[in-house]
Amino acid sequence: MTFKLLTLRVRQDQGEQFIKDLRAARPAGFRGLPVIDTTPCATGCDACVTACPTAAITAAPLALDLGACVFCGECARVCPAHKIAMTTEVAMASSARAELVVHEGPARRPPIDVAAAIRKAFGRSLKLRQVSAGGCNACELELNALANVNFDAQRHGIEWVASPRHADGLVLTGPLTKNMQDAVQLAWDAMPDPKFLVAVGACAISGGLYRDAPGLARDFLAKVGPLVFVPGCPPHPLTVAQALLDVMGR
Amino acid sequence: MHTVAIADVPELEVRAWRNWVKAELLQGSRPVILYGTRTSETRVALTMVLQRGDGGLDLIRTSVDPTTGYFALSEVAIAMHAFERELHEQFALRLTAHPWLKPLRYEGGTQADMARYPYYKLEGKEVHEVAVGPIHAGVIEPGAFRFMCHGETVHHLEIQLGYQHRGVEALLGRGDPRRHTPLVETIAGDTSVAHAWAHCAALEALAGVALPSEGEIARALMLELERIAMHLAGLTGLAADIGFLQGAATYGRLRTTAINTSMRLCGSRFGRGAIRPGGAGVGLDDGARDAVRDACALLRDHLVAIDALFLEARSVAHRLRGVGRVNRAMATQLGLVGFAARASGVDLDQRRPARGAYAAVPLARTLETTGDCWARARLRITEIAASLGWIEAALAHLAPMPADLAIGALAPATIAIAIAEGWRGEVVHVLETDAAGGLARHKVQDPSLRNWLGLAIAVRDNEISDFPICNKSFDLSYCGHDL
Repeated sequence: MTFKLLTLRVRQDQGEQFIKDLRAARPAGFRGLPVIDTTPCATGCDACVTACPTAAITAAPLALDLGACVFCGECARVCPAHKIAMTTEVAMASSARAELVVHEGPARRPPIDVAAAIRKAFGRSLKLRQVSAGGCNACELELNALANVNFDAQRHGIEWVASPRHADGLVLTGPLTKNMQDAVQLAWDAMPDPKFLVAVGACAISGGLYRDAPGLARDFLAKVGPLVFVPGCPPHPLTVAQALLDVMGR
Repeated sequence: MHTVAIADVPELEVRAWRNWVKAELLQGSRPVILYGTRTSETRVALTMVLQRGDGGLDLIRTSVDPTTGYFALSEVAIAMHAFERELHEQFALRLTAHPWLKPLRYEGGTQADMARYPYYKLEGKEVHEVAVGPIHAGVIEPGAFRFMCHGETVHHLEIQLGYQHRGVEALLGRGDPRRHTPLVETIAGDTSVAHAWAHCAALEALAGVALPSEGEIARALMLELERIAMHLAGLTGLAADIGFLQGAATYGRLRTTAINTSMRLCGSRFGRGAIRPGGAGVGLDDGARDAVRDACALLRDHLVAIDALFLEARSVAHRLRGVGRVNRAMATQLGLVGFAARASGVDLDQRRPARGAYAAVPLARTLETTGDCWARARLRITEIAASLGWIEAALAHLAPMPADLAIGALAPATIAIAIAEGWRGEVVHVLETDAAGGLARHKVQDPSLRNWLGLAIAVRDNEISDFPICNKSFDLSYCGHDL
């Protein structure tokens, strides 16, 4: 009896915790997409460039590479002209590496442009195999969160699968360690065509904080170009969800 | 927190050092860390850190020629095995009679080396081996497991790690340590706060800067939120692995509440940016305090029901009780730390004896005795409650953070050791400066390094099908181990 009551109570507590619209949600307080306004920089000022832990910022004209950014917000904090601001925007993935660079001016959503054939093949059901190659478990936890009751990506046909044999896409996290290079290649080779690669997080996209680390071998990424780049450190599950929905054309 | 001038650390000739450490270990002193610092082409300084019962640390150093090395201490205290394997790998240090001198993380190794891991062999007609990994059937980090079985029973499990080795310590050794916190936050991404706190505390100690109490409490708040979130993540996984889906769904949903509270406070669901040298990036206005209070109230309210359901369900008890047992003597012998040690009755928690924030706001003691998967799960449930209690009491002490303190020149020729009790266990950062005050060594230790062997021992004589729940019950970090 007690047990049944408890079950009932838990069900009642579930309430409506799921996010109804994964595209409209805005996480409160999230340090997301940076924007750079058009105020001119003070002559010779390179405060943001030197503050950046991943060399994501280039000066004159100021530009910030989301593919390297770890969203620490140091640049915004040190800028004397308050030229850089971190917004709560989560949509920032792109199918073109170059489009991840934020320039001066109003926030612009990087495009996700994939072939019609991909949308035709995977638009209703997308099975993904995740492989971490030096990922710190932050990206991995956020990707797992995609399948929890809050984000519930399964409602859109997106699912994590155990075997690469069952996967349409390989979702790679981490800066790609030397010690994982064989395993990553094996997983990729085991996936049936058609297939694609998604690079999730600053580490996977550019090496991020580990770009100069001795333990990396990133040849695989150069060989197999990702279809989509999902920036973040780690990316918010909404950033990933929106990128995948764009790939699927949903 | 311990700071000492290198000149004041007792230094013995290597054999005397070895005998001294051996005697201490045999008398029950607890090893915290043993690490090496290259001092010249042919010499490596070894620093042994032991912890007394009152929480104080004792250091003792020696200088050794790696080609002659010394007689392994692991031979008398198995808790030393990982330290000595690391020394062997990092400095080619010769360790005579080490019982388990296997590769630790293939630092500087190749894939071909990894294929030659010297697994133990179990032989016999009905013996079989099961190899799993490095890629596992879930969204998790990689590592290789090899089970030596007789039928369904695991006689021995060997855990081969190193796949996640990025070269963290090499990066930490370069550049300005004041700017390393973003990197430190990714040593083990699920333990961002504990690593950042230990790193910043060590730096602050070297710079002679003391954080005001509101700063300490803000850091502890982030650490306890991290603990709650990761204990909930662990319970989610454990519930999923035993097919208790209501638990998996509910704990998973409640983790969102915990990490979104972190995000409300510092902009990141993982507490990144919350702790920086000399300060904290935690917004603690009235709105933030209300958000923390509301989150605690919701978590308490909803956890009461799901915890009761989890602990009363016969299916849960049946799967977890008596499985993956590590008794207290074994836990002590292996040198387990954190909640895995406390689940086996080892009363070890770096938040006690209370110092700093935990002296200002007391924390309830948590301990289990049975050392099985059930104990580890139950302990995580009680630790969530204890952390919630701490946060609720700390709310009264929370104040907006003062401006960041400047971290000036670092004390020369000094060692600073900072230990933070992360959700998994003690996170250790050791910073050594040279005669000019430059960084000479930044040694990092994640609790996972100490606990992986605990998992291997826990699985012995269990059914292979219970491995996933044993693994989840320890919930160890691969990248934290592999660095």
